[in-house]
Amino acid sequence: MTKRSLVIALLIIILAPFASAQAKPDKVIAITNVRIIPVVGAEIPKGTIVVKDGLIAGIGADIAVPAGAEVVDAAGLRAYPGMIDGYSSLGLVEISGVSATVDNRETGRINPQARALEAIRYDSMHIPIARSNGITAAVVAPSGGLISGVSCLVKLDGRTNREMAVEGAAAMQIELPGLRTGRGGFGGGRGAAQVRADGPTLLAELKGLFGAARAYEKRRDAAARNKLLALPEFNETYEALLPLLKGEMPAMISVHSERDIRAAIQFVREEGLKAVFYGVEQGFKAADELAKAGIPVVLGSLYDMPPVWEDGYDALFRNPGILAKAGVKIAFSSSSASVAKDLPYHAAKAAAFGLDKAEALKAVTINTAEIFGVADKMGSLEKGKAANIVLADDDILELRTNIKKVYIDGRETDLSNRYTELLKKFEKK
Amino acid sequence: MNKPALPRLLTLCLLAAAAVVVSSLPAAADSRDILIKNGTILTVTKGVIPKGDVLVIGGIIKQIGGTIAAPPGVRVVDAAGRYVLPGIIDSHTHIALAGTNEGSEAITPEADVGTVINADDTAILTALSGGVTMVHTMHGSANPIGGPNVVLKMKWGRPSEELVVKEALPTLKFALGENVKQSGRTVQPGQTQRYPATRMGVNAIIRREFEKARNYMAQWDRYNRAAAAKNPPRNLVPPRKDLRLEVLAEVLRGERVARCHSYQATETLEFMELAKEFGFKVQCFEHIWEGYKIADELAAAGIGISVFADSWAYKMEAAEGIAYDAGYCAKHGVLVSINSDSGERIRRLFNDAAKTMKYGGLTEDEALRLVTINPAIQLGVDKLVGSLEVGKQGDIAIFSEHPMSAYTRCDMTIIEGDVYFDRDQVLKEREEAAKKAAAPRDKGGAS
Repeated sequence: MTKRSLVIALLIIILAPFASAQAKPDKVIAITNVRIIPVVGAEIPKGTIVVKDGLIAGIGADIAVPAGAEVVDAAGLRAYPGMIDGYSSLGLVEISGVSATVDNRETGRINPQARALEAIRYDSMHIPIARSNGITAAVVAPSGGLISGVSCLVKLDGRTNREMAVEGAAAMQIELPGLRTGRGGFGGGRGAAQVRADGPTLLAELKGLFGAARAYEKRRDAAARNKLLALPEFNETYEALLPLLKGEMPAMISVHSERDIRAAIQFVREEGLKAVFYGVEQGFKAADELAKAGIPVVLGSLYDMPPVWEDGYDALFRNPGILAKAGVKIAFSSSSASVAKDLPYHAAKAAAFGLDKAEALKAVTINTAEIFGVADKMGSLEKGKAANIVLADDDILELRTNIKKVYIDGRETDLSNRYTELLKKFEKK
Repeated sequence: MNKPALPRLLTLCLLAAAAVVVSSLPAAADSRDILIKNGTILTVTKGVIPKGDVLVIGGIIKQIGGTIAAPPGVRVVDAAGRYVLPGIIDSHTHIALAGTNEGSEAITPEADVGTVINADDTAILTALSGGVTMVHTMHGSANPIGGPNVVLKMKWGRPSEELVVKEALPTLKFALGENVKQSGRTVQPGQTQRYPATRMGVNAIIRREFEKARNYMAQWDRYNRAAAAKNPPRNLVPPRKDLRLEVLAEVLRGERVARCHSYQATETLEFMELAKEFGFKVQCFEHIWEGYKIADELAAAGIGISVFADSWAYKMEAAEGIAYDAGYCAKHGVLVSINSDSGERIRRLFNDAAKTMKYGGLTEDEALRLVTINPAIQLGVDKLVGSLEVGKQGDIAIFSEHPMSAYTRCDMTIIEGDVYFDRDQVLKEREEAAKKAAAPRDKGGAS
């Protein structure tokens, strides 16, 4: 070893702690005297959670507080895993009526090249509001057209969009036509009574497109192997579709009517895709088929009218319970940016109409993590997972509950937000 | 034009028969008597009765609390383990109308939504499923001065005249800001931008109209005085009747109050200046997302607000609409109601009211007031509805859990003693329909 390399090695040893301190919080936190609702595993009436290097290092009733740990006495509070929004436009939409601030809908119909992560405004005013209500991660999805683009799964903390990313490419967003005519609307809430006819037609179009993309890949790869063959022209659409077709990411298919749900199940099987369905308002009419196909469901907003009046006034409210009972893995979504904070209330609403309360909680935490393949990192309070912890003074799905602290990757986050800042600015002391 | 008498008589008979069939349609809307037993009674104005009964006779609450024996023939509903509360009131919506906006002109106070009530709007059923018994259904916000609004009870299956609450305060819709200046509208080739297109113009046009109304009233006063004189002048000509100014004259005379759609603090304060200048009464500001910025001014002027809980950031003027608005204003002495403005949100007004506990620190009782007695006061019907008190109308909702809980569900909605929504009945009918659909059909032979 030369003198110079010795110096470098020494420098690395000396500076290493500083480098890691920058990436991860070095302090150890012990949250004590807290009622722990881990979601996976039994509730712990009074216990301790130890957080180290951004992860849960220990959790249980008899966990010792490590020497030098910062102790957070959470007596009277409950600890939950941070909630995960299964579908949102957080960071893509700021003020929905001002197009200059709207980035979730690309023009045209086929946009697999559009990546939500690349447009997320990480300092969106909606993110801290959602976070301060106990939501620590969200799927951010582009929408519109037939193929809307690639969604991502982000944690709701980070200095840049890339820092927020947990899964840069969560799913390819595909949209079949909706049944709905709008959100209840201004003058009354009746949705269209007829199922639109173009679901299967669009699936046929997708089949053609996917076939062409696979053929393109074959030609491209053959040309790469054999220099005598002509290279095909670069095709942005086909290239962007290949990760989906190779099973590297799932398709998240917005599908609404019973008929389209059945058609989409068949489509997914024939194309050999990994899939998540989104919306699924008439899922209760095809619950067994969905369960059998093993396709999980991210429910659309429950702040909506049943798209078909004849399904009953409570169709959207009882749909989650029926799906869960049939064995479908469900997750809730805010389907929003400005009221993403309301994610827990969609779950509670479904619980009022037949969904088991424990299942409702899973459907905003571990289920969502499992659906998007991040259950090894988040979705429950378990040793080794990211320390995404919410301390609340009551049931986290309740409207009146106050969120006291939110940790993301072991870091206590700032709970101030646009609401509190404006209130502070204008309130009379 | 002579027609044979017989067919005409036949037609009349058929019409009469049809009327009987139609009027017998509503589920149980005939008795106006009901006894609700063993519920937790949230009276809103007289505290909470942990367990007790409520008796409605002839549509009016006769007795509350304790154990009440059922008078013969009165329907009894067991509310054990459930919550009994006054029917929810929506201070601002647009349901049950065959038209909302007369947006072709900026000033249309003659366009009265009371003339286009649509009693067949299924949004009435939606409202009932969320415990709503009364709504203030309003002209839209397309014009600085829109039209008169109307207060309705959600009596599904009844003719529109029976829905109208005649005792309610007559109101007139005003609107300010982005909607009326049409900032979201693209002017097509060949069209011109409607005046006004700025908040300056909005204020100016409302002032102009009130000046015209004042002048109009003076013209009539002068004419009436002259006509009443001992020797009226020959050739005395009455002023021309103006249907627009007639409505504004009602406002200036205090016979009709203003309900004004506003978002920003400045436009709201300026409308208050106009009200002072012309001496008319502003009952409520609608939406008023920046209410928290001027809560003291609103409280001092005795003007209420009717707002969303947290539906914000959908346009520029809603970009500072914080969820604390309702709770903060309520804490600062403003009469606050939570409204739906929608045929969907109307069924979860209780959820929206509950949000003021987290954002604003209201108690359960205070939060419940925002969708019961407070809107009743705003509509001038608090002597009739808005709380459970002996002598008030029997407009009642029964909820599975406390209405301020996220886990709650409306199970029954009653108006003047008649049941208009009954979840058990809905479930029963659904089950029967499913059975019928699953049953094997008779083979052969048409029935």
